[in-house]
Amino acid sequence: MAGVHVYDRFLRQDKLPHIWCSGCGNGIVTNALIRAIEKTGIDQNQIVVVAGVGCSSRANGYLDFCGLHTNHGRPLAYATGVKMANPKLHVIVVTGDGDSASIGGNHFIHACRRNLDITTVIYNNDNYGMTGGQYSPTTPTGAKSKTTVYGNIDTPFDLCKLASAAGATFVARSTVYHVTQLAELIAKGIEHKGFSVIEAMSCCPTLYGRLNKLGDGPAMLQRFKDQAIPVQKARQLSEEELQDKIVTGVFTDRKDRPEYSDQYQHVIARAEGRE
Amino acid sequence: MAGTYEIMTGNEACTRAAIAAGMRFFAGYPITPATEIAEMASELLPKAGGTYMQMEDELASIAAVIGASAAGVKAMTATSGPGVSLMQENLGYAIMAEIPLVLVDCMRQGPCQGVATVPAQGDIMQARWGTNGDHPIIAIAPASVGELYEETIRAFNLAETYRNPVYILSDAMLAHMSERVRIPDPDEYDVVSRKRPTCPPSEFQAYADDGTGIPPMASFGDGYRWFVTGMVHDDTGFPVTNNADRVSYLVKRLHAKIEHNRADIEKYEEYKTDDADILIVSMGVVARSAKAAIDDIRKEGVKAGLFRPITVWPFPESRLETLCRGVKEIVTCEMNEGQLYHMVREVSGNTPVRMINQNNGVILSADTILAGLREGK
Amino acid sequence: MGVTKKFQIILDSRLCKGCGICAVFCPKGVFTRDDDGKPVISDDMVCIGCKMCELRCPDFAIRVTGGI
Repeated sequence: MAGVHVYDRFLRQDKLPHIWCSGCGNGIVTNALIRAIEKTGIDQNQIVVVAGVGCSSRANGYLDFCGLHTNHGRPLAYATGVKMANPKLHVIVVTGDGDSASIGGNHFIHACRRNLDITTVIYNNDNYGMTGGQYSPTTPTGAKSKTTVYGNIDTPFDLCKLASAAGATFVARSTVYHVTQLAELIAKGIEHKGFSVIEAMSCCPTLYGRLNKLGDGPAMLQRFKDQAIPVQKARQLSEEELQDKIVTGVFTDRKDRPEYSDQYQHVIARAEGRE
Repeated sequence: MAGTYEIMTGNEACTRAAIAAGMRFFAGYPITPATEIAEMASELLPKAGGTYMQMEDELASIAAVIGASAAGVKAMTATSGPGVSLMQENLGYAIMAEIPLVLVDCMRQGPCQGVATVPAQGDIMQARWGTNGDHPIIAIAPASVGELYEETIRAFNLAETYRNPVYILSDAMLAHMSERVRIPDPDEYDVVSRKRPTCPPSEFQAYADDGTGIPPMASFGDGYRWFVTGMVHDDTGFPVTNNADRVSYLVKRLHAKIEHNRADIEKYEEYKTDDADILIVSMGVVARSAKAAIDDIRKEGVKAGLFRPITVWPFPESRLETLCRGVKEIVTCEMNEGQLYHMVREVSGNTPVRMINQNNGVILSADTILAGLREGK
Repeated sequence: MGVTKKFQIILDSRLCKGCGICAVFCPKGVFTRDDDGKPVISDDMVCIGCKMCELRCPDFAIRVTGGI
């Protein structure tokens, strides 16, 4: 397929323009995703993109792979069935902060624990965009949203720490400003044998950005540029110094845990008396 | 008859029949009184090259089943009423996206946790109307372990044929009691698999009616890059909004799959209805008590007969309506506060309907039914 | 005049939503913006082909070809 532009290979051009707002980071994450897939060279017909519900999850409608647009919070559970039914498939989950960490939080930690070979890309825009800008489990403390008009009193999840602690074997974060790194990390996640999580810091200028006076799309990207700090550098800083920073890079890259569908082959072998 | 005979529990019969019907994926979450199905699936499926998954909850269980089915593998989950409540959301997805699956509900006393270990028939309406929006459903209520075996195979065949979830309404008694079961030889029954697309991938429209009302179904990875959603969708499978005609068309086609094929799907048993003055309507294990009561009261000169829906959904209303016209009284016997009762009253015309029910976790016995019938004389 | 463009930038106005990310972050100032905020190629001779505009475009509306 050399010579064919990645947009023409992997986007359903007839579904564009997309529904996202001007300056929304979700298109940038999706852009990085298709470049990552291109880099891996995986057969287009062997990829299944599974999505939940929300702005993030609209991504798979624009992608020319098999698509499973599931219920809110459930994509990882559906993806688990797809992968275990046919382990040869490459299963990629596109999800959001609300989809993965709130309504789908239980599925998320258990998917991390099992270490089934699924790549999860979390589009984290710090709020529920589709329903109009309510606070999510990643909305920073003090931030404004449609349901925290006096400021958020909740403590947000650090999704990468959560994923690593729950057992995910590849965990990384980047932002929609750092697009080259983002695409590289997603490609690494896809190539990683095991459960991988890539948190893509996305921006929602229409709601979260406006409610918190963060400016338009370019201004929010500039903010990511200013806030980002590589994980190696972050390790030398105190919690206080890391306030308002976004730590980027690879947090976890483990090879010591067996992959789940491989393990299940041993279950079959034992059941058949071969082991 | 050919086949072999074994003594086994309902849960064992259900699991073994599912594998005989081609199930190669099971996902579940432990819950009384359905747990033994999961246990047995975890033991037997790997031997058949299949996959057992214990998921984190019931929502995930049915979600994984849908994912597996979309990947081309026949899949089932099993639970009881509280678990079915949790599955309703994704069950609706399977209906909307037309993904075949079998859902076993070993009914127990409710509401809520109720009594975990005792039987009930309180999920008839949950099976019909549990998920949001109007939707078609198939539900089968076997009355014996042997019938549970046969009907589990049929449940898979119906799910595959009509691309719709199929419930098996077992209960805590049927699940755990042991009976002699005839295991049919494989050449005695059909194993149906979903219709596959035959057109080139470039021409495939995943939700286009091919004239049968049931579109052919691809599997992920087989070269057809299809899209599946729980939203109202067009023939290509992609969401459409603000299109009243399409919403109407899709909802009607989904219903028509079942409504237009009632003759193939519906199943019921009649017992001594030819000359009956009193028609008992009862399902599942309770119908066996009803049969014994019918035999007893006939000795007293009262002509009673039984109509037993085997498919509770679609409810075999046409035949029942005919029977209702020829009797003096209709009595539903059920273990709930009156769920068959509602369905019967829809077709009973001017014939009076009453109910003999017991909703305390104890099987409604032949003696209790007999006493109830005498009372009404 | 003997000076040829190394890179060609193709803008798809059907897909572009005019966020301005391409223009703001272009290291060479290739773009200006029209009244709707949509990019206008003012000088593609200075384009160095870094493709950051293409990669950062949320609307899949930019393609940079040539070079590399």
